[in-house]
Amino acid sequence: MSPHGNPEVPAGAAADVIRGARQVPAGSRTPEPADPAPTGPAPVQAPGSPAAAPEPAAWDLWEVFVRSNRGLSHVHAGSLHAPDADMALRNARDLYTRRNEGVSIWVVPAEAITTSDPGTKGAFFESPQGKDYRHATYYTKSEGVKHL
Amino acid sequence: MTGPSTSAAHEDVTTGVAGGDGNASATRITPGNALRPEDIALEVRTGAIRPTDDAAEYALRLGDDALILAQRLGHWISRAPELEEDVALGNIALDQLGHARSFLTYAGGAWDKSEDNLAYVRREHEFRSAHLVEQPNGDFAVTIARQFLISFYQYELYRHLMGSTDATVAAIAAKAVKEVDYHRDHSAQWVLRLGQGTDESRRRMIHGLRLMWPYVNELFDEDPLTLRLVASGITVAPAIIREEFDRLTGQVLADADLEVPDVPAAPGGGRRGEHSEHLGYILAEMQVLAREHPGANW
Repeated sequence: MSPHGNPEVPAGAAADVIRGARQVPAGSRTPEPADPAPTGPAPVQAPGSPAAAPEPAAWDLWEVFVRSNRGLSHVHAGSLHAPDADMALRNARDLYTRRNEGVSIWVVPAEAITTSDPGTKGAFFESPQGKDYRHATYYTKSEGVKHL
Repeated sequence: MTGPSTSAAHEDVTTGVAGGDGNASATRITPGNALRPEDIALEVRTGAIRPTDDAAEYALRLGDDALILAQRLGHWISRAPELEEDVALGNIALDQLGHARSFLTYAGGAWDKSEDNLAYVRREHEFRSAHLVEQPNGDFAVTIARQFLISFYQYELYRHLMGSTDATVAAIAAKAVKEVDYHRDHSAQWVLRLGQGTDESRRRMIHGLRLMWPYVNELFDEDPLTLRLVASGITVAPAIIREEFDRLTGQVLADADLEVPDVPAAPGGGRRGEHSEHLGYILAEMQVLAREHPGANW
């Protein structure tokens, strides 16, 4: 899947949905707290939230990004649980680089990531479709213009 | 891949993966290249390498330490406090199993025996592992205490063995030392966390260290074999490793506000095939399938 998101390809769960991340629906600048995204995954309880009660201090969720080679960008590989950043990095090494996948790892607290809402994909991503004038190839090159 | 063709072409360039399969893993998997037990087996089989009797005995000791530790650690899979720790201990067990395979394959070259033969049909008194690695897992802190001692010992040992006059021992050590370095980091992290965590975690860490410390001395024992190996440059004097071991473990313990336990040393004897009551049970579990169905394949 293209990292830039292809509207023709259905959203892959792993690529588009980050569990525990905040989701911002299209069209509302300020997220409404009483409006849980119906198509989103079950929300992960924030630490200290009363509904999370029975488990004693569950480890937080972290998102893992792995860079496979020098010169490439980090790619989202998956997520894991860890009590802090040091251990998240080590757990990421153990979980996601066992088959020689990486030369660098980033870990990010899942709750620090704000994602677009998969349910409002139409408004967010489909409006550029059919607007081929936004691409350079739409235009004919004027005569005499070199090196364009 | 249903996406635009430009995207597929782009992936070809950046990752070098032919085809640009859109369903492929986000990250690229490669086998990498490093010394494998199969490479050693091939060289042993073709006669390109053959250990001296002393070197084979020594490789047997190192291999048995790694094998029994791997078997012990493997028991944690599905039982660790967290899924992530499950995988971490499993990875460490597999690293150790890899070292065991290399050392046992090489040792077997002297007696025309395969790694499987050495692992699965030897009897208890023929194993040369130290008592430390056969100690029961206990709770998580006890296992961390055992990991702490063995990983700092193995790191110093392998670091020196990279300069061994035996080229195969040096090559195995060069590969293993990077892996053991991570085991060291893993155990030290947990010693610090448990030692400075809650009262309960600290109590358990202290308890674990007291249980395991009596088995430290055996790791650095000198016997006629080690003396001959030191003389021929195959290994390094245990006292040299011990010095670094004491210094580095002491540093971690000081950072964790813990002390070296004041406990008497256990008698040892593992290098002579004299084991505690634990090894028999470990071998029974490890060997049962191979003994029940000799030569089985699947």
